[in-house]
Amino acid sequence: MTSETRTEPRWVRSLLGGIAVVFVGLFVAVPVATILHQAFSKGLDTYVAAIQDPAAEAAIRLTLTVALIAVPLNLVFGVAASWAIARFRFRGRALLLTLIDLPFAVSPVISGMIFVLLFGLHGVLGPWLRAHDLQVIFALPGIVLATIFVTFPYVARELIPLMEAQGGEEEEAAVVLGASGWQMFRWVTLPKIRWGLLYGVILCNARAMGEFGAVSVVSGHIRGRTNTVPLHVEILYNEYNYAAAFAVASLLLVLAFGTLIARRIVERHTADAMPLPPAARVEKS
Amino acid sequence: MARRYHSALPGFGLAMGWTVTWLSLIVLIPLATLVWKSGSLGWDRFWELASSPRAVASYKLTFGAAFLAATINAVFGTIVAWVLVRYRFPGRSVIDALVDIPFALPTAVSGLALTALLAPNGWIGGLLHDLGIQVVFTRAGIVLALVFIGLPFVVRTVQPVLAELEPELEEAAAVLGATRWQTVTRVILPVVAPSILTGFALAFARAVGEYGSVVFIAGNRPMETEITPLLIMTRLENYDYAGATALALVMLVASFAMLLAINALGGWSRRRAEAT
Repeated sequence: MTSETRTEPRWVRSLLGGIAVVFVGLFVAVPVATILHQAFSKGLDTYVAAIQDPAAEAAIRLTLTVALIAVPLNLVFGVAASWAIARFRFRGRALLLTLIDLPFAVSPVISGMIFVLLFGLHGVLGPWLRAHDLQVIFALPGIVLATIFVTFPYVARELIPLMEAQGGEEEEAAVVLGASGWQMFRWVTLPKIRWGLLYGVILCNARAMGEFGAVSVVSGHIRGRTNTVPLHVEILYNEYNYAAAFAVASLLLVLAFGTLIARRIVERHTADAMPLPPAARVEKS
Repeated sequence: MARRYHSALPGFGLAMGWTVTWLSLIVLIPLATLVWKSGSLGWDRFWELASSPRAVASYKLTFGAAFLAATINAVFGTIVAWVLVRYRFPGRSVIDALVDIPFALPTAVSGLALTALLAPNGWIGGLLHDLGIQVVFTRAGIVLALVFIGLPFVVRTVQPVLAELEPELEEAAAVLGATRWQTVTRVILPVVAPSILTGFALAFARAVGEYGSVVFIAGNRPMETEITPLLIMTRLENYDYAGATALALVMLVASFAMLLAINALGGWSRRRAEAT
């Protein structure tokens, strides 16, 4: 690495190193420090009060509920999709991969809006839903649907390259030796993919709990009922209640740090570096 | 990778059936509703809504700011990737870890943090205020927010390509009498260029659709600092579904074109990397 032919003069190295540190420092480290500084700006009591506020607790409960429904559903989809795509060759396979990626490319606002067009009061199914006294938009089902949409590709996108790299020989051996489909999945496939699966679930969960734009469209912002944690942060901020807004926001900062730490732990159990989702698409598809 | 047909394996029907059903229910049918609703507007009405002066101003801002932010990230992201791969210095692993924060931090939190930081009473905004520069509630603020959320894309796309670069290439260039500058610009840059472009495209695509991190810092004045996703939101809140649908279709077509371009770039980048 330090061999003469492969490095730059000392002043160039210092300059580039300095630029990198200042750029990442200014754009990432300082904003993160700002969140913590603002959260504790009015003291620990205000911080604790903001988090224990009934509206905040309701928002935390709602966010956990939404993630608890959306993440397992996308987990099942991710396993099914990666089994079909990584283990079989069929016509339209490339198209299917692109379609699974679609939610990554769509603006969060549009991700929420399409469900308003379907289930809203003036939506396609609106009159039918009203006749049967069902509410989707401005209620839990709408928030869950929008969340499933924005987190749709995460698990599948982690598993497909992993399962392709691993190949299906062990599964074939299990089947030839007389294992049933379920036995093969439970005792051969699942142990092979568990770390990749866990990583996909962690990323999916982080996005599910942190989604703002899509959920904002379908939620209706009913305090204590349809406000998720990010929406509660927005409301507090718009009420000029900055210390409380940043206190609740710091919970989401903890979620982000937890996600990145979990990623490091998973990396330690796998040979490959774990790319974050958009990079995964480019490198491994 | 060897192409194998694992026809002996079970579960294709079940897995494929569930995949297609779930994809249709969650993604395809809802998106098709958007296209169908725009179709029901009729071409003249659609064009009138999609090309109103306020809409056109929002496209220019959205795509212009996203382009500028992605360009800034292409330059600085490449430098960060280079420094992380090539240099060893105290705090390197901290910088490496920090690069992922914009991926993991919910967008609303990013937006609040940047606004607080750049407001006239914030740490950096205060310094800028003394210099007579206002960032919050201006287009500059929008670009800065988009630089923040796009930062990891270029770094994480360029980094693995740089790490796998064969040392022989550079040594050969040096032995043949190339200066270090010539080696970097004529040998290394051509190999890395496709990945920089891919990172740029990913950052650009993400920035175009971005909502959460921008709305707090933008000020959201029509014709001036109103991005297209926000204009769609405003139309929805006013129950102007026709207006929102027309704008959303324009955005959707643009995103789909970018997705195809990124996949094509990814393929080119991979072939280029394998050829060296």
